[in-house]
Amino acid sequence: MKSLIFRAVAPFLTSLMVLFSIFVLLRGHNEPGGGFIGGLIAVSALAIYGIACGVETVRRAIYFHPMAIAGAGLFAATIAGLISMAARVPFMTGLWIYPSLLGVEVPLSTVTLFDCGVYLVVVGAISSIALSLEERGGE
Amino acid sequence: MAVSTSPPADLSAALVLEPVAAADWLVILPVAWCLAIGALLVMLRRPIGLHPFIAVAGLAGLVAIDGLLLQHVIANGPVTMVMGRWLPPFGIAFTVDLTGALFALTAAVVALAGGVYSMADVNDSGRRYGFYPFLMLLMAGVSGAFLTGDIFNLYVWFEVLLISSFGLIVLGSEREQIDGAVKYGFLNLVATTLFLVTTGYLYASFGTLNMADIAQKAEGLRGTAPLMTLTALFLLAFGMKAAAFPVNVWLPASYHTPRVVVSALFAGLLTKVGIYALIRVTVMLLPVEREELSLVIAAVGALTMLVGVFGALAQSDFRRMLGYLVISGIGSILAGIAVGGPGGIGGAIFYALHSMLVMTALYFASGVAAQLGGSFSLSSLAGLYRRHAGFAAISLMLAFAVSGLPPFSGFWPKVMLVKAALDIGAWWLAAALLVTGFLTTIATGRFFLLAYWRDKADDGLAGTVKARIPAAILLPLVALTLLTLTIGLYPEPLLATIQDAAAGLSEPSAYLNSVFPGGVR
Repeated sequence: MKSLIFRAVAPFLTSLMVLFSIFVLLRGHNEPGGGFIGGLIAVSALAIYGIACGVETVRRAIYFHPMAIAGAGLFAATIAGLISMAARVPFMTGLWIYPSLLGVEVPLSTVTLFDCGVYLVVVGAISSIALSLEERGGE
Repeated sequence: MAVSTSPPADLSAALVLEPVAAADWLVILPVAWCLAIGALLVMLRRPIGLHPFIAVAGLAGLVAIDGLLLQHVIANGPVTMVMGRWLPPFGIAFTVDLTGALFALTAAVVALAGGVYSMADVNDSGRRYGFYPFLMLLMAGVSGAFLTGDIFNLYVWFEVLLISSFGLIVLGSEREQIDGAVKYGFLNLVATTLFLVTTGYLYASFGTLNMADIAQKAEGLRGTAPLMTLTALFLLAFGMKAAAFPVNVWLPASYHTPRVVVSALFAGLLTKVGIYALIRVTVMLLPVEREELSLVIAAVGALTMLVGVFGALAQSDFRRMLGYLVISGIGSILAGIAVGGPGGIGGAIFYALHSMLVMTALYFASGVAAQLGGSFSLSSLAGLYRRHAGFAAISLMLAFAVSGLPPFSGFWPKVMLVKAALDIGAWWLAAALLVTGFLTTIATGRFFLLAYWRDKADDGLAGTVKARIPAAILLPLVALTLLTLTIGLYPEPLLATIQDAAAGLSEPSAYLNSVFPGGVR
């Protein structure tokens, strides 16, 4: 897009939105938010970046192919379910650990891993669609 | 933190507290395994040449897992695992009984055969398009549908396999394929929507989605809830999925368009998922209503059989004819569901398993025939017997199997179904079954006569050159043919298992006990 203001602002807007999407993802366990909505926010960030600077730039910026990101998400979600096999509890049971990082207790769980998987699936799948639509719409 | 600060509560009322035996993981493993391999294949975009090997290894693993699962179920009865530890009916249950395990194992065998066949049939562009990830995700959906014990979850697996099948059917993006895919997609979406609406209606009446819970609550609700309406709607939705008579048009309109291996997998797997769901819902969950509707189901079954086989007689395209034979087989299965009882249900299950193996093999054969003869059309396909006598022999065996002639796998279910129909005095249904078998013999015999025995008119000596078939194509074809021959010659173990499976469906106390070990809650 030719607007100078938009092109100047877009990178900052994108990074803010991606940061916010991760915040929404992590907030999602007990409060509104989660992987799906977080993923959608991240995709809108990428879409804005694509409108401003071109689809090629976005593809280079996310490095991996969108579908590979979606695949990684699906894989992570499946693994999150399978971890409970080791703990001898049924599939998809939420398991927690509380490691202490730099003096802060950080609760980590298979639920979070599953949610991150959902996030990646949404980011990968929807951005794959959005980017190919933008590619064809631009010409 | 959530755990460390919460007040002590009686968790045994809500959660599964006893540790899960490692063998019980076999219940969920087929689905998780297929999803994980599918996801891995989606990630590996560059080394596209590795895809077939990973997928075939994954499918071989799936066969092993499903085999162990069947063994586990034979030894210990139905097995249940609830997701996320929540007790049923609130936790989503995966419950596997003999019927589910048999269907899942047969589906895995068919998929493995398809995976091997695809090594020669799917080229690099098909791989880049994502044939193998779609195949693994399709298998996740199919396995999930056979293994789940929750009716909404069944709907979810239908969606998973439907989306994967959309991907597979448009592989190649040719004009004809898009045309077939639109018809296939539209009618299947209508059927799935109907299934979802009916499930919502069922939930409104029962307040539960767990199949075991529905089965035990149906008795008490018979006076007040609209169970006949529900059963009729389910019959329509699953009948559409299975391509039963008035709603069968989508199948012959789409199954001849994709690649041969995709047609073969669809013929072996997709309609049978619809049939499985119909058996599960009508026989186990709502048996009284099935009895009430049995005349309708029987009429639909007889018409499906006859329409299918007349369609097959009228076709001159190899794959279109096979599409009609798939429909005709669905009619026979419906006849078994209509008759009911151990003979009818057992015959229906047996026929479905036989049809999965044989229809897949026949589609493979059509692919080989087209390769050797250069066309799917009967007008130009000729001289196959001279080109490859061994292949002609395999085709003839498969033709006999699909017609229900001994000594192949189609014979025994047909005997069971005819006997069950005669036992309840439905002579016209038995007659329809026998006439269909006879007409199928004519349809396949006509094909064999023209495509295999007739000499090619134009190419003199070139037609007599012996052809070679790649091992990746021959191997699954021979394996499936040998399997139907083995089942035909030595049916006792399978027959005994199927009779147990049918008994477990009509009298689901073991199934209920597996979901609710402490009795009715």
